[in-house]
Amino acid sequence: MLNLLIAIPIVAAVAILLGARAKSGALLAAALNLALTLWLLFRYDHGAGGFQFQTSVPLVPEWDLKYFLGVDGLSLLMLLLTAVVTLAAVWVAPKVEKREGLYYSSLLFISAGATGAFAALDLFFFYAFHELALIPTFLLIGIWGSGDRLTAAWKITIYLAVGSIVLLVGLLALYLSVPEAVRTFDIVRLHALAASGDIPQTSWIYLTLLIGFGILISLFPFHSWAPQAYASAPAPAAMLHAGVLKKFGLYGLLRVALPLMPVAAQEWTTLLLVLLAGNILFIGLATIAQKELDMTIGYSSVMHMGYIFLGIAAFNTLGLSGAALLIFSHGLSVAALFAICGALRERTGTLEYARLGGLGKPLPFLGFTFGIATFASIGLPGFGNFASEVLVFFGAFSHAGKGLDFSTFQLTTIIALWGVVISAVYMLRAYRSTFMGEVAPRWSALPDLKTCARPAIILLLAVLLVAGFRPQLFLNLVTPVVTTLTDAK
Amino acid sequence: MSLPLIVLFAPLVSAALIGLFTKRSGNLSALISVAAVLVTLGASIVVYQQPTPAAGAISLPWIELGAFKIDIGFTVDGLAKAMMLVVTSIGTLIHLYSLAYMADDEGKGRYFGALSLFMFSMLGIVFADNFVMMFIFWELVGVSSYLLIGHWYFRTAPPAAANKAFLANRIGDFGFMLGILLVWTATGSIQFAGIEGNLQPLIDNPTFATVAALAIFCGTLGKSAQFPLHVWLPDAMEGPTPVSALIHAATMVAAGVYMLARAFFVLEVSPDALNVIMWIGAITALMAALFATQQNDIKRILAYSTLSQLGYMVMAIGLLARDAAMFHLITHAFFKALLFLGSGAIIYACHHEQNIWKMGGLKKLFITAPMFLIGTLALMGIPFFSGHYSKDAILIAASEQNQAVYYIGLAAAFLTAFYMMRLLVVVFLGKGRTEEADHAHEVPVLMWGPLVLLAIPSVIAGYGFFMNYFVPQGEHAASSVPMVATVTAVVGALAGLALYWGRDKDPLYIEPFAKKFWFDEIYAFLIRNTQDLLARASAFLDRWVFGFGARLVGACTWGAGFVLRGFQVGNLQGYALLFGAGVVALFYFVIFK
Repeated sequence: MLNLLIAIPIVAAVAILLGARAKSGALLAAALNLALTLWLLFRYDHGAGGFQFQTSVPLVPEWDLKYFLGVDGLSLLMLLLTAVVTLAAVWVAPKVEKREGLYYSSLLFISAGATGAFAALDLFFFYAFHELALIPTFLLIGIWGSGDRLTAAWKITIYLAVGSIVLLVGLLALYLSVPEAVRTFDIVRLHALAASGDIPQTSWIYLTLLIGFGILISLFPFHSWAPQAYASAPAPAAMLHAGVLKKFGLYGLLRVALPLMPVAAQEWTTLLLVLLAGNILFIGLATIAQKELDMTIGYSSVMHMGYIFLGIAAFNTLGLSGAALLIFSHGLSVAALFAICGALRERTGTLEYARLGGLGKPLPFLGFTFGIATFASIGLPGFGNFASEVLVFFGAFSHAGKGLDFSTFQLTTIIALWGVVISAVYMLRAYRSTFMGEVAPRWSALPDLKTCARPAIILLLAVLLVAGFRPQLFLNLVTPVVTTLTDAK
Repeated sequence: MSLPLIVLFAPLVSAALIGLFTKRSGNLSALISVAAVLVTLGASIVVYQQPTPAAGAISLPWIELGAFKIDIGFTVDGLAKAMMLVVTSIGTLIHLYSLAYMADDEGKGRYFGALSLFMFSMLGIVFADNFVMMFIFWELVGVSSYLLIGHWYFRTAPPAAANKAFLANRIGDFGFMLGILLVWTATGSIQFAGIEGNLQPLIDNPTFATVAALAIFCGTLGKSAQFPLHVWLPDAMEGPTPVSALIHAATMVAAGVYMLARAFFVLEVSPDALNVIMWIGAITALMAALFATQQNDIKRILAYSTLSQLGYMVMAIGLLARDAAMFHLITHAFFKALLFLGSGAIIYACHHEQNIWKMGGLKKLFITAPMFLIGTLALMGIPFFSGHYSKDAILIAASEQNQAVYYIGLAAAFLTAFYMMRLLVVVFLGKGRTEEADHAHEVPVLMWGPLVLLAIPSVIAGYGFFMNYFVPQGEHAASSVPMVATVTAVVGALAGLALYWGRDKDPLYIEPFAKKFWFDEIYAFLIRNTQDLLARASAFLDRWVFGFGARLVGACTWGAGFVLRGFQVGNLQGYALLFGAGVVALFYFVIFK
C-alpha cells in the first residue's frame, strides 16, 4: 500500500512529462492518494499501535540498509497532511503558460518525496526522499517564481543544501556512534536500541541534528531563506513547501532525534528555548514591519514554527501532542493563505499593502476564505491551530512540574502567549489592508476565484475546522506515539 | 438531546447554515437567524424552569490526554440561568429590531450570520463550567464582535475600529490565558468546581494568588473595556446600532463581570487583587462619566455611559459584592439596550444623523421619546426605576467598606444624571436644528415594539419580586445611601437641565474631557515608539544581519562565475540535479569510504 502511495505520483509525473494531460493527470493522482491515505487511516489498527503496513527490501545487508516503509499514527497524520495539501495545491494551480508538464510533475515529485520521507523507516531513505522533494521545489521557484525569483531560488537552494549536509553529517555520526555489531539504518531497530540504552548520548551529535533539522524548519537564526523564497514561489510550491515539506524537519525531530537521543536532547533545551523565543518574538516583530502580503505570510510561517518547537522542547505528552497537531494544522492554514495569496497576485500583479485595499467587494469568496484562514492562523477557537496551541501552552507551562517557581519554560510560554497578540497585529492588518476599506477603481472589476478552483481552499479550511471541533480524532493518532517517547525519557 | 444543548447550539446551526449556504440571500438568512433565536429563547425559558442539572451531567468531550481533560461542560446554576435569560431575551428583541433596521443593508446575510455566531459564543460563556471552555467562547465573542463592528468593511472607520477592539481584547486575553495557566499550575484543575475544591495552594502562596487573580482580571479589562483598555468601546460604535445595543452594551461587555462572578472564589483569596479591581472599576466609572459629558455623538455618549456603568459592576466585584454586581449587570442590560435601540430609532428617524446638536424637538417621536425617557430615568437611578435599586446596592457596599470609593461612586452618579439630562434636553426638546430632525417620523413597529418590551423590565427589574427571580438578594439594612444617591442624581439632572435648556450649541467646552484625556493619542504615540520601532529594528536586523550569511554565500556563488554566464533555466535544473547527485555521492563516500 505504501509503495503505491509513493508510486502513484511518480508514475503520474513521468506520464505527464511524457505528454499526458498535465492538470487532470495530476489531479487524478492527488485524489487517488488522498483516497488511499484515508483508507490507510481507516485500516490502521489503533489497538495494536506501532508501525503497520510495513514493506521491506534489503539492499545492503552488511550495513543493514534496506528499503523499508511503515507507518504509525504520527506518520499517518503527516501523510494525511501531504495528501490534502497536494490535492489542494494541484487543484488551485492557475493556468501555466510555459512548460506546463514540468510544472505539474514537479508538484507531484514534491508530494512523492514528502510521502516517502514520512513513510520511510530507514534512515537513508528517510533522508533521500526529502532530498528528492527539495529539487523540484527549487525548480518551481526558479522557473515559475515571481519577483526576484532567481535570487530567491539560489538562496533557498544554497541554504537548504547547507542544512541538508549538516543534517547528513549528524545522521551519519549518529549511525557511526552505535556499536559496530548492532549498527543499522533501520529506524525501528534504532528505537529499540535507544530503549535499551545502546545509543551513546553524544551531545554534539544531537546539536548537529537540531541545527540540520532546524535549518530545514527555519529555526531562528537559520530562517532567512524562508520569507523571500515563499514570497517568490508560485502558490502551489509555497503551499507544498511551507505546508508539508518544511514539516519534514519537525517530523525528523519527533521521529529520529528525540527518540534516539532523549538524554542528549535535554542538554540543549535551554538553547532551543532561546532560539524559539527568537522565532516568536523577533520574527514576529519583523513580520509586523513587512509591507507586502506575501512577505507577511512568509515571515509568519517562520514565526509559527516557534510554537511547534515550544511543544517539542516541553517534551511531555501535552506539549508533544500539541506540537504534532500544530504541524498538521499550521500546514493546512498556511497552505490556504498561500493559495489565496497566489490567486490575488494573479489578479492584481502586486501584493503591496499600499496599493491594495477594499478587495472584499470585488472578491467576496477570496475575502471570506482569507478571513477564515486568518482566524485559524492567529489561533482562534474552532480551528486546529487553537487546540494545538492550547496544548502546547499547557505542556510547556507545566514543564517544571507542579511547583510554583518560575523557570525558563514559564518565561518562554509567556513570550509565546504575547506572540499570539503579535500575530493578531500583523494578520488583522494584512486582512484590513487587503480586503477592507474603500476599493480603488482599478480593482473594482477584478474577477473572483473561479468556482471550479474553490473546493481546493474549502477542503483545507474544512479539515482545519474538523481539527478544531474534534481534535481528539487526530490526537488519538499521535498521543500513543508521543507517550512512548516521553516514557523513554 | 438535553435542552441546554439546544439553547447553545441552535444559533451555531443557524450561523453555519448562513455561512455555508444562504449568505447571499439576506431575507432567508434573516429568517433562519430569527428562527434560531426564537428556538433558543423558548428552550432557555424551559431550562430556566427546570431544576438545575447535576454538575458535569451535560458535557461534550473535546480533548482528553490521559489525566488532562478539556470538556464543553455545562453549568446551569442560578447565576448561569439569570445570565442566559438576559442574553436570550434581549438577543431575541435585537434580532427582531434588526429586521427593520438592517432591512435594506446589502450585507444583511452576513450580518445575521454574525449575530447568530455571537449568540452561540455568548451562551457558551454563560454555560462554561471550566476556564478553557470559557476562554474558547470568550475568543469567539471577540470574533463575532470584530465581524459586526467591521460590518461596513468597505468604509474606512469601521475596519479600524474592529481591529482596535480585537487587539485590545487580545491584550487582555494574554493575561487571561496566563491566569488560567497559573491557576491550573497551582490547583491542578481547570474546572471551576475543581479549583474551588482545591484552593489551599493559592491560599498558601498569597503573592502567587494575587498575580493569578490579576492576570485573570486582565481578561475583564479587555472584554469589559476597563481602564486602561477602555479605548476600544467608543470606537466600536462604528458597528450597526442594534449590535451596539446587544454586544457593546447589554451582554458581551458584561461578560467580563460575569466571568469575575463565576471565578469569584479565586479572587476572594487575594485581598490585594480585590483592591486593585475595586479601584480600576471606580476609576473607569468616574473617568468615563466625565468623558460622556462632552461628547456630541449620541452613540458615543451612551458608550461612555456603558463604560461608566461597567466600572460600577467591576467596582462591586472588588468590594466583594458579587450579587450587587450581577444585579446591576442585569438591570443595566435592559435599560442600556433600551437606550441604544432608542438611539438607533432616533438615528433612523433622522436619516443617519448621530450628532445630538443636529437633532432637537424629537419629542414628537411619540413612542420612542417616552421609552427613551424611561431608559434614561433608570440609568440616572431615579427611584421606582430598576437602575436605582441596583446602583444603590453597589453604593451601599461601597459606603460600608471604603469612603473614597463611595464618594467616587456618588460623583459618577451625579455626572450620569447630568450628561443624560443634557442628551434629553438637546435631542428631544426645543426645535429641530436641521431639516432631518424637522422631518423625523416615528419608526416602524418592528423597531418601537422592542423598545416597549425593554421598557417594562427597565422599570420593574429592580423590584424584589422580579429580582429575586434572578439573583437572591439579602434584606437591605436601613441605610441612608439610597436617599443620598437619589438627591445626588436629581441635583445632577437639574444642573443639566439648567445648563442646556434652550441651547443650540454646547456652552461648555472642557478640552481634557472632550479629548478623553488624550488616551488615543498617547497610545498611538506609544505604539509608534515601541512596537513599530521594535518591528522596524527587527526587520532591519533580520535583513542585514541574519540575512547576510545567506547573501554572502549567494554572492560568492555568483562571483564564482559558473552561474553568471547567461543564467538560464536549464542551468538551474542542471544544478538541482547535480545537487541531488552530490548528496547521494557524499552519503556514499562517508559510509562506504
